[in-house]
Amino acid sequence: MLVPNDPKSAERVSRLDVGGAIKDAAVATVVAFGLFSLMLGLLTQPGPSGQLTISERPKLLIVSLIVVFVGRFLVAIFTRSLRVPLISRLISPKLSTSFRQLERFAAPALLGFALVVPVLFYSNRYLLDLAILVLTYTMLAWGLNIVVGLAGLLDLGYVAFYAVGAYSYALLAKNFGLSFWVCLPLAGILASFWGIMLGFPVLRLRGDYLAIVTLAFGEIIRIVITNWQDFTGGPNGISGIPRPSFFGIPFTSDPEGFAALFHLEFTPTHRVVFLYYLILALALITCAVTIRLRQLPIGRAWEALREDEIACRSLGVNTTNTKLTAFATGAMFAGFAGSFFATRQGFISPESFVFMESALVLAIVVLGGMGSQLGVAVAALVMLGGFELFRNFEQFRMLIFGAAMVGIMVWRPRGLVATRTPSVYLEKKKDIPAAIVEEARQ
Amino acid sequence: MSETARDTILDVQHLTMRFGGLVAVNDLSFKAARGKITAIIGPNGAGKTTVFNCITGFYQPTEGMLELTHATGKHFLLERMRDFKIAAHARVTRTFQNIRLFAGMTALENLLVAQHNHLMKASGFTVLGLVGWPGYRHAKREAIDRARFWLDRIGLLARADDPAGVLAYGQQRRLEIARAMCAEPVLLCLDEPAAGLNPREAHELNKFLLAIRNETGTSILLIEHHMRVVMEISDQVVVLDYGQKIAEGSPAEIRGDPKVIAAYLGVEKEEVA
Repeated sequence: MLVPNDPKSAERVSRLDVGGAIKDAAVATVVAFGLFSLMLGLLTQPGPSGQLTISERPKLLIVSLIVVFVGRFLVAIFTRSLRVPLISRLISPKLSTSFRQLERFAAPALLGFALVVPVLFYSNRYLLDLAILVLTYTMLAWGLNIVVGLAGLLDLGYVAFYAVGAYSYALLAKNFGLSFWVCLPLAGILASFWGIMLGFPVLRLRGDYLAIVTLAFGEIIRIVITNWQDFTGGPNGISGIPRPSFFGIPFTSDPEGFAALFHLEFTPTHRVVFLYYLILALALITCAVTIRLRQLPIGRAWEALREDEIACRSLGVNTTNTKLTAFATGAMFAGFAGSFFATRQGFISPESFVFMESALVLAIVVLGGMGSQLGVAVAALVMLGGFELFRNFEQFRMLIFGAAMVGIMVWRPRGLVATRTPSVYLEKKKDIPAAIVEEARQ
Repeated sequence: MSETARDTILDVQHLTMRFGGLVAVNDLSFKAARGKITAIIGPNGAGKTTVFNCITGFYQPTEGMLELTHATGKHFLLERMRDFKIAAHARVTRTFQNIRLFAGMTALENLLVAQHNHLMKASGFTVLGLVGWPGYRHAKREAIDRARFWLDRIGLLARADDPAGVLAYGQQRRLEIARAMCAEPVLLCLDEPAAGLNPREAHELNKFLLAIRNETGTSILLIEHHMRVVMEISDQVVVLDYGQKIAEGSPAEIRGDPKVIAAYLGVEKEEVA
């Protein structure tokens, strides 16, 4: 790192590399010209008689090229003279370690906040819905974290299990009239069954190959659901899914309803608050079980499998079972989340289970850092909150989202919390930097 | 017959391993004595590691029989077993030529993974462990104690909570042996444990391996290039060249064997005839 008081480095700062910076700026301008000449320089518009007309915009082109040249020149001067990448100058690397220290306080604080959200925002239906959405994705990401973060099996078809859970609940509840609390474990079991079904053919695969097969699996499930009209309702989906009840007491305005029984004035918010606490409980169960599993032999075997499969086998670890349990456990939580999704929406269709959902959940896991439960929760909050925040700038949403992703990948390539906490210790728990964990995976 | 069977832990008979047209190991037969250190030596590419991979189930031998006998008299035909079952049931564990530790996990965690099967049972295949079953907590304490014992033996007790990946090379070698020992093997297969060690470390390794043999009674099968290690500690040496056994005997016999010298150093043309 650069020490500002060091005379040598001070000298380096003073000797500006103007020639190099101009070269950089010129290259950037040429590239920008290649891109902008068509994108900005020409404008196609429907003409007066309906045909397309092309108008030239040389001024805009020249201005944007000048902006690129000057901007790149300044950046080049800044980085070349300081010999440090720009972004790490802007954001202190110490932030990461302090984030870890923050975790001790941040986790309980965040949990406490999550518990009082419905009290604070009782009258704000929009925020409550958003909070439910964030928690749903947090739960999904925690579930996926078992498969991707712990066992190191890259799963791009995670949404398939979410779909299985949702359809399990919808079909069981509609056709057999089973209650949510009966359907929830059934949905989990069915989803983990499909997790094992996916697990078997991919046992020998790793890395990119595994990712491709899981991606295909996710699509297969979605396409089957779309086309199996008699059973799943096809593209029309399933509507009129029974809404959740408060342990048998429905959230209706009748005398039998929740409001009447508890002598409250009827409002639909009761159900939303109930749903909020339901998903909060489910998510916390996911988190607690994951933390617990990590300290059990199975969790250690998952992590060992991620580090070195051959060494695992040489020690008598049954890698087949270990992988399948990882798939099954991850899928089970997706199944729970799926059945919650179905009961909350009251309507499901294959459109809710597209690849984008898998990608979003995976992005949350990667951004959060594969080690930390808190990192994942924060990433879910930031991602979905960010999406909502920029809802008004629909067109630029993806642009800002992409820029944020690039920024995080430059600044913290291994996610927000990039350390691994040992599952067991003799003297002192020392966090392991992700670089060491990562190195082993090569 | 039964008397010799009791003294033999591993009986390799007519082991052949072919990869397409390449014959890596050709009709190899030898016996490893129980409670002894048997070294397999030979020039590079002689097929030593292939023999190990056959014994530990990473390769399925093309031909031959690998019979392992426990002190209880229980027999295992290793050529018919899958790799993890060989480690779990026949209790043969190994180390690797290029160290294969779980680099991102601590030294202690590495040793606990080695006790996976035992702990899995104790945790009621996770179900009981999840609810904090006291039996599991007890088993876990025992497992940590065993890990602590082996860490102490290899002089890494102070580094127990450091990731295996940051340990020095020699320490990683020792940790890998300790990890294999934590799985409580009857036969420990070491693939070049002294590779890359300096003379002092190699000497310490010798003492450590002898201690393992003498104190735990574990039989050791050793691949090694480091002649000092081989000659000092092995009770029996098998020499391979081009996949074939060219000599077998005590270290002293091997040292004087002209065929072994020829394989290692090469000979003048007229001397071969």
